[in-house]
Amino acid sequence: MAAGLAYRTGFEVTFVRLAIVVTSLFTGGVVAVAYVVAWLLMPAMATDTSIWNQARTDRRGIALAAGLASLIYVLVLAAKAFGAGIFGTVEWPLILCAAGLALIWRNAPPSEQATVRQLAVPLLGLRAGSSRFWIWLRVSVAVVLLLGGADILASGHESLKMLRPLGGAVLVLAAISLLLGPWWLGIARDLVEERRARIRAEERADMAARVHDSVLQTLAMIQRRADQPQQVVQLARAQERELRSWLFDGRAPGSLDGEDMTFAGGVRRIQQEVEAQHEVAVEAVTVGDCDLNDELGALLAAAREATVNAAKWSGADVVSLFAEVEPEAVSLYVRDRGRGFDPSAVPGDRKGLAESIHARMARRGGSATVRSAPGEGTEVSLTMPRSGERQPSRA
Amino acid sequence: MTAPSRPRVVIVDDHGLFRSGVRSELGGQVEVVGEADDVQPAISMIAERLPDVVLLDVHLPGGGGQMVVTALRAAVPEVRFLALSASDAPEDVIAVVRAGARGYVTKTISGTDLVDAIRRVAAGDAVFSPRLAGFVLDAFAGMPEASQDRPLFDPELDQLTTREREVLRLIARGYTYKEIARELTISIRTVETHVSSVLRKLQLSTRHQLTRWAAERRLT
Repeated sequence: MAAGLAYRTGFEVTFVRLAIVVTSLFTGGVVAVAYVVAWLLMPAMATDTSIWNQARTDRRGIALAAGLASLIYVLVLAAKAFGAGIFGTVEWPLILCAAGLALIWRNAPPSEQATVRQLAVPLLGLRAGSSRFWIWLRVSVAVVLLLGGADILASGHESLKMLRPLGGAVLVLAAISLLLGPWWLGIARDLVEERRARIRAEERADMAARVHDSVLQTLAMIQRRADQPQQVVQLARAQERELRSWLFDGRAPGSLDGEDMTFAGGVRRIQQEVEAQHEVAVEAVTVGDCDLNDELGALLAAAREATVNAAKWSGADVVSLFAEVEPEAVSLYVRDRGRGFDPSAVPGDRKGLAESIHARMARRGGSATVRSAPGEGTEVSLTMPRSGERQPSRA
Repeated sequence: MTAPSRPRVVIVDDHGLFRSGVRSELGGQVEVVGEADDVQPAISMIAERLPDVVLLDVHLPGGGGQMVVTALRAAVPEVRFLALSASDAPEDVIAVVRAGARGYVTKTISGTDLVDAIRRVAAGDAVFSPRLAGFVLDAFAGMPEASQDRPLFDPELDQLTTREREVLRLIARGYTYKEIARELTISIRTVETHVSSVLRKLQLSTRHQLTRWAAERRLT
């Protein structure tokens, strides 16, 4: 309505609205009545019928408006009886506005109904899920409190004059929230919507960046090396593992730092690095997990050496890693089905087995066993007792 | 229980590329009698064609693979399921096996091993990949402790025997059934019995821990 007036007069909508509020305050509500009546009678922009044309035929709406008007009249009379004379000045504008708004509510075009409803939403709590009963209960309690409060305020006869400014302030506040409420609600909604859209866009961009850095890069590399099946397999495998740890364990691609905190993470790292450096698949299975300490660090170092040995010398294309964390000890097995060797025939100066595995384990109180025979593959078993004070994070 | 020489197989996977890949890899060694890409089509096709073995993807768009197993298990008990997955999420794998699948292998399995696994499942045996063995050991780990405050604890179902643990550990270490039999000086048949018994415990155990274990996995 104010928009239509603004359009016709050439003023800003907000300015028109403010002017209406101010003038209705000075004229004791007459302008407010005029506004409501104009809202009823003037056709909205881009339509040729007014709300009144609709409202005339709306018998229930008229009954509701009449009922509301008489209810307010009774309330005002009651207030007067208690001596609350402040209602006297705004009595008729109040009644006419209420009746007019009721008619507008029922007969306005959908867009205007939405505006009125927006005003009512915070008032009535008309949200999905809240039952009618609670709304009525809330409104009734509020009305009772309001009447009680007004009564207490009005019963102090001496200070009645001081209440007048208060009444004015309440009316101004009501008018402001009535006029600016929809606008403010709209802005709040837009803000929420905008923030959601921004979060979605950021997530998308983040996802796209990660997929680009990992999957797309790998696919490009695979296309370039299509003639080297071994490398293609290796790339695909590394990519699969990275993607999987991102999707299922929430580890960002390329970030390995967090992994080294636990023993199982260390085993995964051996798997990845050996696969990347040697052309074998490493199947790693871990049961349980615990924090790393010096002993387990030594165990992992020995396991890496054994895995690299298997990858380099066995000729098998799969190396199996199995690690189990138990309350008393951690064991790790490295196994291949490659060509094997005779452990007793290994010359004593072969550093790999003797120094990197046996001695490393022995220094920390652990043990290593190598089982192998020509043609039957090799298995290195490593066991490290756990120092008692450390509890497994998950046994 | 004798395996049919050419088991009849239905492949259920939502990736067409993967289905055709498996189909060509299996070659003439099994008879692929159907393919399905989601839960509902899979259920009606399997009920109609009654294959020996269903290769079942753990992840399907219309719900998990366990929905297919659950829907058909009572109606057509002779159809056996082998779960196949690229996913490492243990809770999903355990869920399908608990629903009634006879085993679980990863999608990176070689063609020969897959044919071998299908034959084994068709013959009524359980197929445990090293990874599944690890999951099961993990799931049953620490269970006896929890028994004290749980009067419904059933040691028969809720605990693995020492032998069963040994067998599972060897599977996790990459041993074949034959190698396990030699290592423990028992017959291959006994190894198979142990594995089937573990499968039965996994499926029948009502332990809350087994489900809670899955939830905890996500946190660690």
